Amino acid sequence: MSHVALDWLPVPADSRALLRELRAGTAPAGLDAFAQAARHDLDFIQTGRLDHAWQERRAAAGVEASRTLKLAILSSSTTAHLHAGIRVGALRRRLDVEIYQCEYGQFRQELLDPGSALHAFAPDVALVALDAHHLVSSARLEAEGATADAAAARVIAELSGLWRLIRDRLRTPILQQAALPVDPELMGENEHRLAASPAWFLDSFNHALRASASQEGVHLVAVDRHARRHGLLNWHDPAMWHRAKQEIALHAAPFFGDLVGRLLGALRGVSSKVLVLDLDNTVWGGVIGDDGLSGIVLGQGSAAGEAFAAFQRYALMLGQRGVILAVCSKNDEAVAMQAFAEHPEMVLRAPHIASFVANWDDKASNLRRIARELNVGLDSLVFVDDNPFERNLVRRELPIVAVPEVPEDPALVPLRLADAGYFESLDVTGDDRARLQQYQANRQREAMAAEATDLDSYLADLEMRLRWKRFDEIDLARTVQLVNKTNQFNLTTRRIDDEEARAVMNDPDSFGLTFRLVDRYGDNGLIAVVICRREGTAFRIDNWLMSCRVLGRGVEQATLAAVAAEAARAGGDALIGLFAPSAKNGMVREHYDRLGFIRVEADGADDAQAVRYALPLDAVAVDHPAITLQEA
Amino acid sequence: MTDADIYPPLTDIMRDVLMQDDLELSPELSAKDVEGWDSFKMIEIIMAVEAQFGIKVPSQQLDKLENVGDLVKVISERAKVAS
Repeated sequence: MSHVALDWLPVPADSRALLRELRAGTAPAGLDAFAQAARHDLDFIQTGRLDHAWQERRAAAGVEASRTLKLAILSSSTTAHLHAGIRVGALRRRLDVEIYQCEYGQFRQELLDPGSALHAFAPDVALVALDAHHLVSSARLEAEGATADAAAARVIAELSGLWRLIRDRLRTPILQQAALPVDPELMGENEHRLAASPAWFLDSFNHALRASASQEGVHLVAVDRHARRHGLLNWHDPAMWHRAKQEIALHAAPFFGDLVGRLLGALRGVSSKVLVLDLDNTVWGGVIGDDGLSGIVLGQGSAAGEAFAAFQRYALMLGQRGVILAVCSKNDEAVAMQAFAEHPEMVLRAPHIASFVANWDDKASNLRRIARELNVGLDSLVFVDDNPFERNLVRRELPIVAVPEVPEDPALVPLRLADAGYFESLDVTGDDRARLQQYQANRQREAMAAEATDLDSYLADLEMRLRWKRFDEIDLARTVQLVNKTNQFNLTTRRIDDEEARAVMNDPDSFGLTFRLVDRYGDNGLIAVVICRREGTAFRIDNWLMSCRVLGRGVEQATLAAVAAEAARAGGDALIGLFAPSAKNGMVREHYDRLGFIRVEADGADDAQAVRYALPLDAVAVDHPAITLQEA
Repeated sequence: MTDADIYPPLTDIMRDVLMQDDLELSPELSAKDVEGWDSFKMIEIIMAVEAQFGIKVPSQQLDKLENVGDLVKVISERAKVAS
């Protein structure tokens, strides 16, 4: 039994020195420095020590509210040994997590009692972790005529009841741990023929759990998949189960914590968005500048060539499910482009790459350029490069960019990226699938912008239509996803979950609007969300956020016109705007000034940190000549 | 494997797990002498010891451990079996 490695992260040269630096630096270390330390392959002891140091420091570190999160753990057996791993897994994503642990097996009582410590804690997310022993006992397999399938369905029906109770009482998103397949076989290879087999029941349970959890909007922590990949005994030590009711072994705790951390990150919208690829010896073998188009190793003819092609296929499939692809290579652009245009074995082609940077500048500068070009934060980038020098340079210059350790053998790269979980996503929306096409269309638009002599005529030529409507079930997942992942053009950075979005739909004193932008190059998808609540005779804009893909097109003005129209229809006479500064939303500091709002004092308002603005509806003067508004 | 081979890495492990960087081990040292050395910390120590020395200590033997000296004895016997 050994440490389940986080092998996409570098092994710390000296973990004690790492801690000493955090404790003793000239300036006290904050969230970013701890996040950087967490981005190492730490075993459970190192994880525990880092967590301990952070717990001592966090109160003084002044973490901004949007990066804190309260997690309640509802478990049937010991999970306290997993807390440090979860907190460090979240820290890796620059999230500061506070954990409330329900008494083992007592969570139902705590849920039902509004005066309980669980309710006082007011969690943001609930994690349900039921051990296999508990699940098998509740399945009552010894009953006459029981089958594993029927038992799984019954246990899951009970579990659905628990999920509804959590929804009802805590109103939080739910993470559900899959069952760890710990029970040994009784029959053997054909275990599934034995109706009362615990091993087969756990398999059936895990299978049926997928469908039910998706139906109920519950997100899985798929420990069963990882335990199978790493070997069950690396995840589960039967001796420690009997000694302390620890189902997940300490050696797997850092990995488990990272799984929870990446899900919390996905809920908070901080998953990575862009896969940036080096070229030479990363997407093909050899150096194209030296070896020439015919000399690079790619595709059929050699094992390495096949492996590079397989990695390209994996990258392309990530692209098709919504990850943005970019290239950052030290090469002459024309030479690098030639491979994409002419090499017959290339799987990735120029249209798949949203930002293509090949030159001789240093990679840190080029990654900044890519982030700027794609309008994403540097923390959205994952940079894959076979060269340890380049990796370390980027880690040092841009610690916020994720830089995985890359195995020497290209055959192992896809699995490594999958294990790292950088692009953890909870929903596959149509918009995700369409994003690849959108970025291609963006490039065409930019090409046209380069030709157009003035911006107004360029915008007019785009034939933009902004389609808006009130929140509805169809767009709910997309809406929540956009609200939670948008950091830059976001006036208040208030996050919401499905429950809150539904509450807005059903509240006569609130309205939520979604906006889609269509132009001659295609549908940009859902690009903006606004949520307003009645405050006296006015409507207060609690959320206003927009995708940076559509910046600079006058969409804000058109959006305001729609919001004003809806506020008037709901009987309001003015709009109140809020701006809550965050580390990332500097670009909208003057948003309301630009739209003609007047700054007002926030006397007595409960959102005192936000700057308040007001604008009477009859003073709304909006000018958006290039955009046609369409109410859907 | 001699006690001299075992004490230095075991000291590192116990200092890390118990988060006491000045902890000194002696054969008589036991859980009641060290603040925070509870049954969960004991499991952390055992898991780390098993990984460090490449051994697996059976439950029966773990149940009988009273102090550091007992643990060192188990490590030295098991490491002998393993090598």
